[in-house]
Amino acid sequence: MSTVFIALQANEETRPIIEAIEIDNPLAVVNRQPAMVKIDAPNRLVIRKETIEEQIGREFDLQELHINLITLGGNVTEDDDSLTLSWAE
Amino acid sequence: MDMKVAKKKLGLKEKYRLMTRDLGWEPTYRAKDEVFPYVNYEGIKVHDWDKWEDPFRLTMDSYWKYQAEKERKFYAIIDAHAQNNGHLNITDARYLSALKIFLQAISPGEYAAHKGFARVGREFPGVGTQVACQMQAIDEIRHAQTQIHALSNYNKYYDGFHAFADARDRIWYTSVARSFFDDAMSAGPFEFMIAIGFSFEYVLTNLLFVPFMSGAAYNGDMATVTFGFSAQSDEARHMTLGLECIKFMLEQDPDNLPIVQGWLDKWFWRGFRVLGLVSTMMDYMLPKRVMSWREAWEIYGVENGGALFKDLARYGIRPPKGWDDAEKAIDHMSHQFMLGLYQWSFGTSFHSWIPSDEDMDWLSAKYPTTFDKYYRPRWDHIRKLAAAGTPFKNFGLAKLCQTCQLPVVFTEPDDATMSCHRETEYKGEKYHFCSDGCQHIFDNEPEKYVQAWLPMPSLFQELDGDIGAWMNWVSLRDGEDNGDYSGSRDQRNFDQWRGMATSNT
Repeated sequence: MSTVFIALQANEETRPIIEAIEIDNPLAVVNRQPAMVKIDAPNRLVIRKETIEEQIGREFDLQELHINLITLGGNVTEDDDSLTLSWAE
Repeated sequence: MDMKVAKKKLGLKEKYRLMTRDLGWEPTYRAKDEVFPYVNYEGIKVHDWDKWEDPFRLTMDSYWKYQAEKERKFYAIIDAHAQNNGHLNITDARYLSALKIFLQAISPGEYAAHKGFARVGREFPGVGTQVACQMQAIDEIRHAQTQIHALSNYNKYYDGFHAFADARDRIWYTSVARSFFDDAMSAGPFEFMIAIGFSFEYVLTNLLFVPFMSGAAYNGDMATVTFGFSAQSDEARHMTLGLECIKFMLEQDPDNLPIVQGWLDKWFWRGFRVLGLVSTMMDYMLPKRVMSWREAWEIYGVENGGALFKDLARYGIRPPKGWDDAEKAIDHMSHQFMLGLYQWSFGTSFHSWIPSDEDMDWLSAKYPTTFDKYYRPRWDHIRKLAAAGTPFKNFGLAKLCQTCQLPVVFTEPDDATMSCHRETEYKGEKYHFCSDGCQHIFDNEPEKYVQAWLPMPSLFQELDGDIGAWMNWVSLRDGEDNGDYSGSRDQRNFDQWRGMATSNT
């Protein structure tokens, strides 16, 4: 097992995104550090557009993530509906 | 009333195809080899450039939109910083030493990376690659500019910021970062991608930008947090490009594996040495610390680097050759660097200091196996000398490693009481090294590294060893920019202004 992670700036825009990630990834662990939030998950983490839209109540383009993204670890796969981070099992 | 019908938006994949692949063409006036002359000599075999895909599928139109948004956020905070006495809101002016090192050594590295990506974007034949490199070239110049701009606010009030460009070109410790980027920029396009895109960005920049910038937030420095995180938001894309690049090379041809592995070995060690200075910034220069260098290494080196190399094992990649030596150095390096910076502080355009009792207790808690045994006794001795009015100053010049250009201040990987030193003789000249890693790099490409410009020998060659003339040449103001923090003008000003900011007398 390897850990994938994503780190986002801690601000109003990312709060619902982090909540969406928690909903979609029950195994994710959220670490709150000064000015940033780092989310770790075993092998795989998925970020879904639909879940984020439910949290923020408006349309969301997954590429908006770039604005508040700090760093990530894992192979990235992105399409219109989701962004997945994974390590080969 | 006319109904506005929303045009169906292009899907991400379709848009990416149209905005990258569709912009390329096959040259007809000239042969492809003539248009892309540098892409073969390194020995990397590529059969299908279209296999290179940016996993984020970012296209130029979206790129400008999101970058503009990042800039607006950045300048909102920079303005607030300037309007709200941001220079007084930091925890302690000692913290500024970390920013001075950043500005003198790292921001110019961003500019060098800009030049490098502009070049390789031209040299690679694949359109997806060209677009990604073009974005990264623009990102890197943005980083250099926003960092210089953010830190210019501190230059109005504090010493050591005023001549960062001269420091970048001439002062001794910045040649460590400069030689790293010069080495990468004078390599072929594929090696450049491994050097900067993969080793530096993917394996190592997390250690610089993430815990250190979080530390800046902890120390009240919103300007630095902002440029740090704004830069790092591009970094996630750069890391992904670096990882994509290495996977692309390995998937294109099995003959690429040994070449790629050799570059990984080289550039991991080069990067580890350059970023070593960050260990001291984290352990010693942040008055309020988020985590130790050791803790940061556990997360971003051991855990994340380990996961990465486990993932790449499917291609036959093994962890870089210097990995074990790096692990052995983690509990020592920040202390060894700080002792070096303190004893040569006459020649640094930032301040260093003897750690307080509280600092030392924190260090022994974070480094239980090394600090009390090897480093506290040395600081105690240095403190006694300072109290007796005979501070420990080393006016000799450091012997530099021919490869990484750091002073030879490290110890043997398996014996922290033995200074580590390697030597190679090449064409009748002796060359010195700080480690096996740096010696191996030299031995592989001696004709490259014998040409290195080393600041200490140059001081004798060009200025006859005249330290005063050297200080003028590097724009170091003796007694203002350099020396101990205790008693410095930065310390006096900070204390006085902070007093004025919190009272009316």
